[in-house]
Amino acid sequence: MGTKLIELKNIHKSYEEHEVLSGIDLYIRENEFITLLGPSGCGKTTTLRLIGGFEKPDEGDVLFDSKRINDIPPHQRHINTVFQRYALFPHLNVFENVAFGLRIQKQPKEQIAKKVSRMLKLVDLKGFEQRHIESLSGGQQQRVAIARALVNQPRVLLLDEPLGALDMKLRREMQIELKNMQRQVGITFIYVTHDQEEALTMSDTVVVMNDGRIQQIGTPEDIYNEPNNRFVAHFIGKSNIIEGTMIRDKEVRFCGEAFPCVDGGFGEDVPVDVVLRPEDIHLGSPDKGQLTGTVTDVVFKGIHYEMLIECQDHTLTVQSTRMREPGESVGISVGPEEIHVMAREAGQ
Amino acid sequence: MKKTSWLAGPYLVWMGLFIVIPLVMILVYAVMEEGTLSIEAFSKFMQPVYVKVLARSVWLALLSTAICLFVGYPAAMFIAGREKGVRNLLLMLFLVPMWMNFLLRTYAWMTLLGNNGLINRFLGLLGLPAMALMYNDVAVVLGMVYNFLPFMVLPIYTVLHRMDQSLIEAARDLGAGSAGVFTKVTLPLSMPGIASGITMVFMPAVSTFVISRLLGGGQYMLIGNLVEQQFLVQGDWNFGSAISMILIVVILVSMGIMSRFEKGQEGGVTPW
Repeated sequence: MGTKLIELKNIHKSYEEHEVLSGIDLYIRENEFITLLGPSGCGKTTTLRLIGGFEKPDEGDVLFDSKRINDIPPHQRHINTVFQRYALFPHLNVFENVAFGLRIQKQPKEQIAKKVSRMLKLVDLKGFEQRHIESLSGGQQQRVAIARALVNQPRVLLLDEPLGALDMKLRREMQIELKNMQRQVGITFIYVTHDQEEALTMSDTVVVMNDGRIQQIGTPEDIYNEPNNRFVAHFIGKSNIIEGTMIRDKEVRFCGEAFPCVDGGFGEDVPVDVVLRPEDIHLGSPDKGQLTGTVTDVVFKGIHYEMLIECQDHTLTVQSTRMREPGESVGISVGPEEIHVMAREAGQ
Repeated sequence: MKKTSWLAGPYLVWMGLFIVIPLVMILVYAVMEEGTLSIEAFSKFMQPVYVKVLARSVWLALLSTAICLFVGYPAAMFIAGREKGVRNLLLMLFLVPMWMNFLLRTYAWMTLLGNNGLINRFLGLLGLPAMALMYNDVAVVLGMVYNFLPFMVLPIYTVLHRMDQSLIEAARDLGAGSAGVFTKVTLPLSMPGIASGITMVFMPAVSTFVISRLLGGGQYMLIGNLVEQQFLVQGDWNFGSAISMILIVVILVSMGIMSRFEKGQEGGVTPW
């Protein structure tokens, strides 16, 4: 992975007394696919707009190639954006939309024609040059927006929930296509979404945000397997979060039993939160598990059944391909690798 | 046909009685003379003296429309760019004069521009000679611009206000500076508003007879005054109707040209 291309240093931003970003520190490397992930209102779009130049930080610096760019307007940055609702120009056809940036640069006509047609080929829209924007489907408009941004050969492409308006099937296809495109053109993609699956599928790095703060930065695997706190654990996938006690390194107690685990460094007899992913909890016969519980609810989810298990005043969500009857007694076991221990957050 | 379409009945009757029938009557008066078909009224109009009146009316209306556009567009842009509170206040200020009677507003200009009007009296106080501000083209154009400016500002404002701000951001993102954003995005996208504004100013301006009568004086002749004169003074209904028909054609042609700019785009108030 390349060198640091963009750096955000202690960024603060408020709108009318309401702080939307409270101290964002983040660096983005060259050729990285990085995703800002979080619920609406977490500040991810504002962060993107700061990088694009549409907003200025109240405090802190935005660096590009180690140069401060806080006051550089958007049209002078080597950054292009794919907007949330595409923002295609309704008075121009597909060709002219894509050619817009090149025309501004006053590039020669033949060169514009060549570049635009190469770009339309990349996004699989050859033959659509003369079409009007309104006559295109959502997926096609999406591609025009990407082509319009990429044709300028930016060093960074910003994408603000670009797949939000598409249906599920098309979204999945576009996720893979976007990832392929990023590999082909070899530039940095900064992607904003609230969809955790999208973030995990496409990113090299995921930045989880909430309430104007970064909660965790890591690879998709890190974020999923080793969430930093309750927010991340809840936001990424389903999880059971159980209050427990760290007895000593590599041994944790929850639901009244001691379990071997792989985490350590918390101290002895320290209250912690234990994260168990529903697919990591194994069910067996009542006499074999580390814990016993009773099935209270079963829902068929397609590839698996999702069951609620009552166990020692806790309700665990468990996914399994084998169905159990409600009321059935089951044995519960969890491997040491599958137990993730987090420090208990203040006030909880 | 929907079941509720009978509700449009009263209006259809109204339209028939007071719009269609009078229009047909004007057409009949224009082409019939003493019971026979005749184009005499039209050929009478072909005399230089009348054609000149038409040309002058069209010229002054075009001039007023152009001034309204160049004054009104920046004004509309300014208003659309303000915060909500300021925006509504500015819009109010544009509209308040329109709540006052049209004649009253034009008489007000007479007291300003007249030989013993406010401006000349002020000049007198400064020891400067009085100027002939009234009874000329400038006064008439001023009256038209003053009265019709809101019709230019409002449709343009509406289009600019509704414009998707992300399009402006997209243009900036793609490298356009303020001038580029304006010429390549804002202006082309506001064409429907401009077209509505032009139509709504040009139409009343080309056919006005009150402004030209009051600010242009008794001898001052625009096409509207000519029509008025034929009906009320000369009693030549045939000729008056023929001029009216010619005026309708002039307006239809100008609206036809303008509607080409409005196709496929919504925005503003269209007279169609």
